[in-house]
Amino acid sequence: MSGDWPLWEVFVRSRRGLSHTHAGSLHAPDAELALRNARDLYTRRSEGVSIWVVPSTAITASSPDEKDPFFEPAADKPYRHPTFYEIPDGVKHL
Amino acid sequence: MATVTDAGQAAVDAAQAAHTAAFDAAVAADERIEPRDWMPDAYRATLVRQIAQHAHSEIIGMQPEANWITRAPSLRRKAILMAKVQDEAGHGLYLYSAAETLGTSREELLDKLHAGRQKYSSIFNYPTLTWADVGAIGWLVDGAAITNQVPLCRCSYGPYARAMVRICKEESFHQRQGYELLLTLSRGTEAQHAMAQDAVDRWWWPSLMMFGPPDDESSHSAQSMAWKIKRHSNDELRQRFVDICVPQAEALGLTLPDPDLKWNEERGQHDFGAIDWTEFWDVLKGNGPCNEQRISQRRKAHDEGAWVREAAAAHAAKKTARNEQEATA
Amino acid sequence: MDTGAALALGDDALVLSHRLAEWAGHAPVLEEEVALANIALDLLGQARILLSMAGDEDELAYLREERAFRNLQLVEQPNGDFAHTIARQLLFSTYQRFLYEALAGDPVFGPLAVKAVKEVAYHQDHAEQWTLRLGDGTEESQGRMQRGLDALWRFTGEMFRPVEGLALNWQKLEERWLASVTAVIERATLRVPGGPRTGAWAAGAGREGLHTESFGRMLAEMQHLHRSHPGASW
Repeated sequence: MSGDWPLWEVFVRSRRGLSHTHAGSLHAPDAELALRNARDLYTRRSEGVSIWVVPSTAITASSPDEKDPFFEPAADKPYRHPTFYEIPDGVKHL
Repeated sequence: MATVTDAGQAAVDAAQAAHTAAFDAAVAADERIEPRDWMPDAYRATLVRQIAQHAHSEIIGMQPEANWITRAPSLRRKAILMAKVQDEAGHGLYLYSAAETLGTSREELLDKLHAGRQKYSSIFNYPTLTWADVGAIGWLVDGAAITNQVPLCRCSYGPYARAMVRICKEESFHQRQGYELLLTLSRGTEAQHAMAQDAVDRWWWPSLMMFGPPDDESSHSAQSMAWKIKRHSNDELRQRFVDICVPQAEALGLTLPDPDLKWNEERGQHDFGAIDWTEFWDVLKGNGPCNEQRISQRRKAHDEGAWVREAAAAHAAKKTARNEQEATA
Repeated sequence: MDTGAALALGDDALVLSHRLAEWAGHAPVLEEEVALANIALDLLGQARILLSMAGDEDELAYLREERAFRNLQLVEQPNGDFAHTIARQLLFSTYQRFLYEALAGDPVFGPLAVKAVKEVAYHQDHAEQWTLRLGDGTEESQGRMQRGLDALWRFTGEMFRPVEGLALNWQKLEERWLASVTAVIERATLRVPGGPRTGAWAAGAGREGLHTESFGRMLAEMQHLHRSHPGASW
């Protein structure tokens, strides 16, 4: 019987109103202990209000080799970004 | 046939050249390399070696300080020391995680540590003989570590740089608590002052050795600098550390054990005495006062914990099997 | 204020924190180094508040003789293996949780109890999680966990001897504790130990200053530096 525990990725919501962000990873035998280890490790200075743990093997990642075709469509749509639009000086709350 | 092979080889070479060019350009532009990016094998190997050594140093480094937790002379100091040693375990974890992004498991790295095939910082092969050593470690050893680590926050490998940012942020209290501890001793009774001076006398030179051999004898430095894994040379960082420590020692009311230490007006830096590199290489080779003790305690904790790790894994397997059974039932 | 109750609760936390801190550098896996230290730090924080209610925290921790300590014998028991430590954690943190819950409205201890119960709930959860894994893990872990519980069971009766200054229903506390601990032990496929939980030998137990052999050695280690420099500040 092997004692090697699987790897988990940890996501922490640092305060209410923000989304969970990747904090790091850790080893744990199961999800319950992963959650508890994450609490001890990544929030011991009260850095978080909520934690997600995900088995590292459950993450499907885009390959950097496909970087260009995968992300280019977004790069040529500058109209999705607010800075695309010119607004006269002095106009507020836009 | 030969032409096909040649063409194949040429294509591989071209791809390799393109990868290398992209990697070099990213490093030159101060971009971060991320785990799934292509990277030269030697870059990966250098990082694994350095991050592993760093992680091992954190967990071996728990021992000399933990040696005093149960004897801490006030409850306030006890709480601080426990929190600090705990941080070191945490930092070891962050660093092992960073190493794992390079495709090497923690188990593998620990095995290498236990087998003596990977190193940790030699400083932890010195003993903590008195309570003041806890202060000297905080001030000098953590001080030297921070001098080394702050530039690593800008290291070219993303996960390592991010781990270092977190570690440096958390470690800011480590050095200050050590300094405050020594200051209290220095201003305390005669016996306490003597204890503080004795600790500084013993830890000063080994702390200077923490920056590694002089630049002209350092085998990995040049390549690491080119890859932006390392940002400053060993001698540069050592000089910076000496210049920082001199006024801090004065404020402590303690002396640094180096008769040649003096301000050099011309250089705008301190001159300091020759480091005994024979001692450095000797301790590194395993002949320090505590090499054997540190590694056997580590191995013992790991071996005695095996049944716990196995039990938790067995329980998880049982639970998974039960869930699957329920799902099919 | 009668300081007896503050000392009893404070010494429990102080002594158990010390025992847990002995794990530093020896835990079975790095993640547990962090977890055990968290629990030890919580307990030390509680101890400092409680001892300060009774006097000077350092004088009380470092200058009292063994017979003046009011902690339960359970918390001073040596760590043993990880299962033994987890058994001690399960038995004590379940007790401490219900005790603090019952003290939430207490005029003296209420504020501390309300804050500490959140910490202790986590300690109890940690102990339960591990009891389940070790109990229902491998044959070896099950044997070790059972031995830990069996060895410590005899120290659990003392927990429910009324402490002067704590107005609560001790019998109800004991019933709640027994039900909770029994449920966890059974879920972990372990047996509730059959031995007595108290006996004549425990007549003048921890709360009255009578301790077990290893406690003197623990105190000697804890106090020696402080006592070697009378009057010094640290």
